[in-house]
Amino acid sequence: MSTGLAATGSSTGGEPLGDQAKIRCDQATKVYETQTGQLVALDHFSLDIAAGELVTILGPSGCGKTTLLWSMSGLHGLTDGQVLIDGTAVSGPRPDTVGMVFQEANLLPWRNLRKNIDFAFEIRKKRKNKERIEHLLEQTGLAGFTKAFPRELSGGMQQRASIVRALAQDPEILLMDEPFSALDAFTRDEMNRLLLKLWEESGQTIVFVTHNISEAIFLADRVVVMTARPGRLAHIYNIDLPRPRNIDMTFEPHFIELIQDVKRVVETGGHAIEVE
Amino acid sequence: MSEVPSELRDEIPKFDDDARQDHGPVGMTALTSMRTAKSALEIGTIIGLAIGVFWLIELILRVTDTPEFVLPKPTQVVTTLVGDWGTLYGPHLWVTVQTFLMGFAIGASIGLLLAAVITQLPFVEKVVAPYIIIMVTMPMVALIPFLRLKMGFGIGPIVIAVALASGPMVMINSATGFRRTDLAKIALARSYGASTFQIFRQIRFPMALPMIIVGFMVGAIFGLLTTVGGELVAGSERGGLGRQLKFFSSLIILDGFWATIVVIAALGVTIYVVFFLIGKKWASWQT
Repeated sequence: MSTGLAATGSSTGGEPLGDQAKIRCDQATKVYETQTGQLVALDHFSLDIAAGELVTILGPSGCGKTTLLWSMSGLHGLTDGQVLIDGTAVSGPRPDTVGMVFQEANLLPWRNLRKNIDFAFEIRKKRKNKERIEHLLEQTGLAGFTKAFPRELSGGMQQRASIVRALAQDPEILLMDEPFSALDAFTRDEMNRLLLKLWEESGQTIVFVTHNISEAIFLADRVVVMTARPGRLAHIYNIDLPRPRNIDMTFEPHFIELIQDVKRVVETGGHAIEVE
Repeated sequence: MSEVPSELRDEIPKFDDDARQDHGPVGMTALTSMRTAKSALEIGTIIGLAIGVFWLIELILRVTDTPEFVLPKPTQVVTTLVGDWGTLYGPHLWVTVQTFLMGFAIGASIGLLLAAVITQLPFVEKVVAPYIIIMVTMPMVALIPFLRLKMGFGIGPIVIAVALASGPMVMINSATGFRRTDLAKIALARSYGASTFQIFRQIRFPMALPMIIVGFMVGAIFGLLTTVGGELVAGSERGGLGRQLKFFSSLIILDGFWATIVVIAALGVTIYVVFFLIGKKWASWQT
């Protein structure tokens, strides 16, 4: 690849990492019982994620991305198969290891920004890591807004606060569920840059769910494309864009080609076209 | 997966706008969203109007030379209110306030507790619902003559009626609050390993609080209604504002009657303002 941008891929669960996998999805299957019958949200989904990797999960709405993420977090169980973190099966939330960032910030409206960040410490009955909180507030440009209530903050600020809330716990794994989907394009770019900056600093394993192709490619080491109903693994792209990344990369022809290819995979529901 | 709470186990995570509006906070009732005067002009007009009406009635009654047993002059009402406060009004206000507070405290605590418990048990909630409707719609003041026969002439029967009137009001409103479950916020707490009690204290209760305050306000207004009504139909030996109304009207002491009405009105407004301010302090995040 002379351009410096490479995308290789496969439609299996990627290279099995053996015991090295930080997160392993093993034939993960989730079936919901609905009034209109069974809904297969996740169908024998297998994936290994290495420690320190930033993986984005991409797919259309209702493809089971959130279900997959919730299974990793232990917020709900699987119908079949399992998710393993550090080699042990997930059976419930693991606040010591896993942090979550939700859609639409999910701040508590009756608490101000600082108390929203303290919330996680209160629930976990842990002492606040004041230095880390101050550092993160500084990094995210929220230092002057700690007394503000969520309704007084912009969407971007709210989402930054929710990232601070999760990172203040210093989790090894950060699960992010379409965190920037409600933001406008400019704020989203800014948030993506900020996320990469924070990640390059602290090196968590990040699983980032999105339906925005450009965002998925820009952030990721690997992009995992899913099909809708049933949610299956369609293709995995290895993204070799150099780091640190900047927004200008998203305008390069190869980046745009890659977007088009991913788009085809998403739309046709699988069958990758090799981009070698 | 026994650690996973039932509401997270089988629901499809869905956070689009429609779902949010179903589960998310709803507005408080009209009672608390009334627009209040802010500017000097608005406040001045309100006070001016009161003074104007006061002197207009005074003037009409003087010009038409209306006898006192038809309608007392406003100045007469004020004179007796101020002059006889220590004997005819103050002590009876105290009795009414005591009766009301006792009944309301009992009713509101039980109502709040039942709401918190029942909303966690869907089967019980459905079974109990028709009885709650009866409790809410039934004018509890009707029970007071019966309770008098059983319990004698103290304030006890009225306290019980007030509790029965305000409790169900607090309960249905609080239950509406506790039924608001924001799945995403519960999931957030759960992801930090929150216990069921922590979820109740940190998520469910604060989310329900605006509706609880509304319930307290409505319950208190029903409670005052029942207190004064109870004193009217079967006042205790200790008196009370309601009994004073009956006393004054039976003797056609109409300035005393109207002075008592003014005291009752002031008490009602005070109750409203107290809960309005509580709502402003604890539920203002909602607006």
